[in-house]
Amino acid sequence: MAPTPGLENANPLIFEKLEDRTFTGDDYNELVTDVIDSREVFDLIRKIYDPEHPLTLEQLNVVEESRVTVNDAENEVVIEFTPTIPHCSMATLIGLAIRVKLLRALPPRFKVDVCITPGTHASEDAVNKQLADKERVAAALENPYLLEVINQCLHSKS
Amino acid sequence: SVSDDDEYECVSVLNSHSQDVKKVLWHPHKEILASASYDDTIKLYKEDGDDWCCFASLQSHGSTVWSIAFDHFGKRLASCSDDKTIKIWKEYLPGSSEGIITKRVDPAWKCVCTLSGFHHRTVYDISWCPISELIVTAGGDDAIRLFQEENSSDSNAPQFNLVATASKAHSQDVNSVAWNAKEGGLLASCSDDGTVKLWKVDYM
Repeated sequence: MAPTPGLENANPLIFEKLEDRTFTGDDYNELVTDVIDSREVFDLIRKIYDPEHPLTLEQLNVVEESRVTVNDAENEVVIEFTPTIPHCSMATLIGLAIRVKLLRALPPRFKVDVCITPGTHASEDAVNKQLADKERVAAALENPYLLEVINQCLHSKS
Repeated sequence: SVSDDDEYECVSVLNSHSQDVKKVLWHPHKEILASASYDDTIKLYKEDGDDWCCFASLQSHGSTVWSIAFDHFGKRLASCSDDKTIKIWKEYLPGSSEGIITKRVDPAWKCVCTLSGFHHRTVYDISWCPISELIVTAGGDDAIRLFQEENSSDSNAPQFNLVATASKAHSQDVNSVAWNAKEGGLLASCSDDGTVKLWKVDYM
């Protein structure tokens, strides 16, 4: 999955950032178990960088809080992400970066589904199927070049 | 030792599948091989002179077929998939009374039963007990399920009932399940949670 030489989407729309979360009393109370909610999961993925632009997935509106669904009691997390253009060749890579971030950050009890917002990509079924296959995901992460690209998306500072 | 290059050789490469192959399985008594794939199909192979050829491609699942299991007699095959269903396939020999069309001398395999609505996520493995005839499945929803065939069912349209569920069998995905071949009702399972568990089923 090498990035194409010229930028596919040279002038992407840039969106406003959501305000930071305010903490309430219970958040500081050690005895109250933290229930993981959609805002917390969104906070984990919003600052992931796009592989091609020096912008976050939140700024590109690739991820939005309204497309993060969390059911803590059922251990379910569903993320819908919206590629900036319908033929975006980076879609699988972006989906993989989101998966990896959550794999590393969430407790193992969670079942995480990462898929493309319906109707926003030409190959959404094929991309969704790859992202849902844990063997394929593990195999992709064994590729050192790919892993490096993903780590850059997860860690680069603006 | 088998590590010496002279001790083994690759005799055939079968590339019928168009995507990753998840599982291979030999028929219990015949020289027939079955494989399951990300391409949503199950393929069956037999020896053809010096080589092997694919004589059947079973297509019905809506997504990756993760695993397959033959019944004790090798006349039926159970499959499990990312589409969250189990399918039962039956072998129809050429000239069979049901009038199923077959290719020359090869048997045809048809899907005679689909079990859906039981698994909440991908089903990773399936095993068919030769002694109790119970079918066990390994789920991506951390559960292990047991299915038993309805006694009265028609062999061309069999019915299977869910008879038991261990909903939190493991704390993460159950990847594989296997019946013990000698002791009926003894079952092993393994999981992403790093454990292997042994289970005893009362199947009388």
